[in-house]
Amino acid sequence: MAEHREFFSRRLHSLLGVIPIGVFLVQHLVVNHFAVYGEESFNKAAGFMAGLPFVIVLEIFVIYLPILFHAVLGVYIVFVAKNNTRKYGYFRNWMFYLQRFTGIITLVFIAWHVWETRIQIGLGNEELNYSLMEGILTNPIMFWFYLIGVLSTVFHFANGLWSFMVSWGITQSPKSQKIATNATVLVFLVVSYIGVRTLIQFAYGV
Amino acid sequence: MAEQSTITFIITRQDNPESAPYEETFHVPYRKNMNVISGLMEIRQNPVNAKGEKTAPVYWDMSCLEEVCGACSMVINGTARQSCATLVDQLEQPIRLEPMSTFPVVRDLIVDRERMFDALKQVKAWIPIDGTYDLGPGPRMPEKKRQWAYELSKCMSCGVCLEACPNVNDKSNFIGPAALSQARLFNAHPTGEMNASERLNGLMEDGGIDGCSNAQNCVQVCPKGIPLTTSIAAMNRATNIQAFKNFFGSDNAH
Ligand code: HEM
Ligand code: SF4
Ligand code: FES
Repeated sequence: MAEHREFFSRRLHSLLGVIPIGVFLVQHLVVNHFAVYGEESFNKAAGFMAGLPFVIVLEIFVIYLPILFHAVLGVYIVFVAKNNTRKYGYFRNWMFYLQRFTGIITLVFIAWHVWETRIQIGLGNEELNYSLMEGILTNPIMFWFYLIGVLSTVFHFANGLWSFMVSWGITQSPKSQKIATNATVLVFLVVSYIGVRTLIQFAYGV
Repeated sequence: MAEQSTITFIITRQDNPESAPYEETFHVPYRKNMNVISGLMEIRQNPVNAKGEKTAPVYWDMSCLEEVCGACSMVINGTARQSCATLVDQLEQPIRLEPMSTFPVVRDLIVDRERMFDALKQVKAWIPIDGTYDLGPGPRMPEKKRQWAYELSKCMSCGVCLEACPNVNDKSNFIGPAALSQARLFNAHPTGEMNASERLNGLMEDGGIDGCSNAQNCVQVCPKGIPLTTSIAAMNRATNIQAFKNFFGSDNAH
């Protein structure tokens, strides 16, 4: 195995993007969507998640370490590509470029978001509840920052699902890859809706 | 364009592997049905640039002149392709010729594609049939399989797919699409199949198949229409299975 370290790291990077990070992302946006049903619903759902047994162990092994690995190797992967969409403007080449572009945006967004919420809660400066997010998102600048951040992350996840299916040799034929493109567009639209709907709820109370 | 009496070439030249590249313009008398190479041959006959100065003839590589050897590949008006198969009548003027940027320049339009041959070695893109005695005829190949494998066998190591790939560059060690597809070709062969795991392990070495991130330019640009991205996905599946066999152990891991 040792002599195939690079291969192994890249496959792990690909796997982590979906399991657990992608699963966590969808779960996170769905749970947050409880905000749409009212302040109490959100507080109950978020409180349930925060009250899971061994929550810190879960967070470390299901979220922090996988994202850290994926992000560090991800930045390296971004660095070694020489994007050439100007010369070769094919659809998949653009997706390749956007996968890298959204990776970087997502990194900035996640770092800020975690600092502003989880770390502040951990330090005891803030409390996990509806008004924390309301306070952040009623600022129009932060609303736009979050909007871009959420769309970028969801795009990265959805398009990542497509390339995950190729990296693992699931979609081989051009036809199956085409259908996977359509399916991942649908994933992008649905998950984006869930995320953005929640942002609007926090920002405008509707 | 057919009425024109001269054509103009702007050629990126380089005197040796270490020296700096520079551009030189040439006017060449027009003939009907010229390809880019016949234009270069005119320059070789009369190496005088557009300013009327005598200069060294432009160097380029070629062999088959019918798009099967790949030696004459260069970047023509921004697109990497074979200069023997590129017709002047179908090009915008002036015609810009550059060496492919993925490979080290030897001189003018000649590049060193050795890395492609190293890549073929890494994935063992051949069928070992040598023995100390006559091994006899090999197993037969199903006709249906032969048909798609034949498509893969058209690769001429021209380098166009490496030139188009955003992951093949001097910052990355990725060997490029061509060799990945060749591993599939030889693994499809009934005799080659006996060494399939060796090729798969070669694909898993550093710079191997994991360097692909599915930009899929290769399949768009390959002059031979090789289904490179299908090959890559097929080899992704095969290497993953091989990796599991290697790790957990399997009687079929050989
Ligand atoms: C919520 C966070 C994230 C999720 C859900 C996620 C998910 C994914 C998925 C599913 C893939 C596809 C893997 C494959 O091609 O097989 C992927 C690829 C990628 N990710 Fe992420 N990712 C996240 C964060 C990041 C961050 C912060 C970066 C850092 C810049 C990053 C950089 C990349 C890159 C460069 C690729 C392309 C890898 C390749 O094509 O070989 N990702 N991601
Ligand atoms: S796969 Fe196609 S583009 Fe790539 S080297 Fe072979 S013939 Fe050239
Ligand atoms: S000379 Fe052989 S491909 Fe052009």
